[in-house]
Amino acid sequence: MAGLFSANAWNKVWIYRGTFLMGLKNTVISAGFGLLLSLCIGMILGLFATSGKKPLAAIARAYVELIQNTPLLLQMCFLYYALAFSGHSLGILVTGVLSLGIYHGAYVAEVVRAGIEAVPKGQFEAAFSQGFGYLGRMTYIILPQSIKVILPPMVNQVVNIFKNTSCLYIVGGADLISITYSFVTGENTGGAYAPAYLVSGLLFFIVCCPLSSLASMWEISLKKREDRSGRMDRKRSERVA
Amino acid sequence: MEAPLFCISREKEGTAMIKLENVNKYFGDLHVLRDVNLEVKEGEKLVIIGPSGSGKSTTVRCMNFLEEPNSGHVYIDGEELTHRNKTQLVRRTTSMVFQQFNLYPHMTVLKNLVLAPMKLHHKSREEAEELAYHYLDVVGLREKAHVYPTTLSGGQQQRIAIARALCMQSKIILFDEPTSALDPETIQEVLDVMIKLAKENITMVVVTHEMGFARQVADRVIFMADGQILEEGTPDQFFENPQNERLKTFLGKIIRK
Repeated sequence: MAGLFSANAWNKVWIYRGTFLMGLKNTVISAGFGLLLSLCIGMILGLFATSGKKPLAAIARAYVELIQNTPLLLQMCFLYYALAFSGHSLGILVTGVLSLGIYHGAYVAEVVRAGIEAVPKGQFEAAFSQGFGYLGRMTYIILPQSIKVILPPMVNQVVNIFKNTSCLYIVGGADLISITYSFVTGENTGGAYAPAYLVSGLLFFIVCCPLSSLASMWEISLKKREDRSGRMDRKRSERVA
Repeated sequence: MEAPLFCISREKEGTAMIKLENVNKYFGDLHVLRDVNLEVKEGEKLVIIGPSGSGKSTTVRCMNFLEEPNSGHVYIDGEELTHRNKTQLVRRTTSMVFQQFNLYPHMTVLKNLVLAPMKLHHKSREEAEELAYHYLDVVGLREKAHVYPTTLSGGQQQRIAIARALCMQSKIILFDEPTSALDPETIQEVLDVMIKLAKENITMVVVTHEMGFARQVADRVIFMADGQILEEGTPDQFFENPQNERLKTFLGKIIRK
């Protein structure tokens, strides 16, 4: 059939470009809402984990371990098929958003936890000693300092959630990967494997590459800033000595 | 006379500003405070000294519930401090100066000073900034209002931290080893600010190793070891005529003439 250099195959992909773009749109929607959900879950569980209250920390730990140590595919199948058979069909988009949100929520929770734990204990104490309650401490003092630790790995999570929409294929989603697969196996469109997958991959790359570059740039500038303030501290102590 | 730093609105003659009653504190198996009883009167300057691990820091940290005692009672300005009311009561009555300054590094000096007055005491920005500049003048660092704390020397950071505590306009300021993390040549500038404060009607509790400071400003000095108060008295009694053997050894080690 049509190979990489077949103009006919490329032409077919071009004709069906709208289908690919629709797949991309579905992927963006699932990833976008999934991301929002994962941020909510991750924020709450991250705060639970650092609350110093044992039951809350245990809930956060259990969730993170359970979700991180089972495959996303299984979680999707469970949500879609298991619930469908018990009479609560969720629909493909809701399944996608829920499963991606739940899965990445566990990772976001760990990122948030690490970010909060990176703030020195003295900051919590200073805020408490001024009379800030939990919310005030977090809003004005702790989270603004955590955010620079949280952001770079968070952007990586965005990239991952975007790529993980491909798992929706297992429940027959309409995301970019599923659409590509239907395209290359379709009765009228079948066979244009190489062009179809190249185009699909290119679409993923166009979205993900700027994001992950942003993340690594952020990390580098963060390190530079730390080095600079570290140097300043050293200079000061040298001056003193 | 200069204008007073503080206007204490109501006088409560005779009542203790801070009262610890049979306070016990454990860290795991370690019994760090053993039945501590202590009263600090309004406007009193109390200095706590003692070897490291004696429980003196824990004692002041119990006064604003940074450490909650395992048993016993803490009263601040006549009201019992509990797990439930700690945020409110601490906000109203006490502020603290730490060994490590603990300024907020993501904010300028001015922002450090106005944050709590604006967010907790609901002052307008103008009021809060006026207050902030007033106390920056008190600590002699008005020109540093717009820099970030990490660009300052330790002594300057601690003076800013004292200004931040003053901006709370609380009746009590707790000092937890305020000069222990400082380079020797910056200690005096911080002590000078504290000596200035000691002339006001603020209740001050100071954990310190600075014996000169203790002699100069304390109304009363307490010696702690092994989680107990072993001796207390006026600075004169305390330094000229110590009774307790451990205090004698401690003073002998710390004051080298």
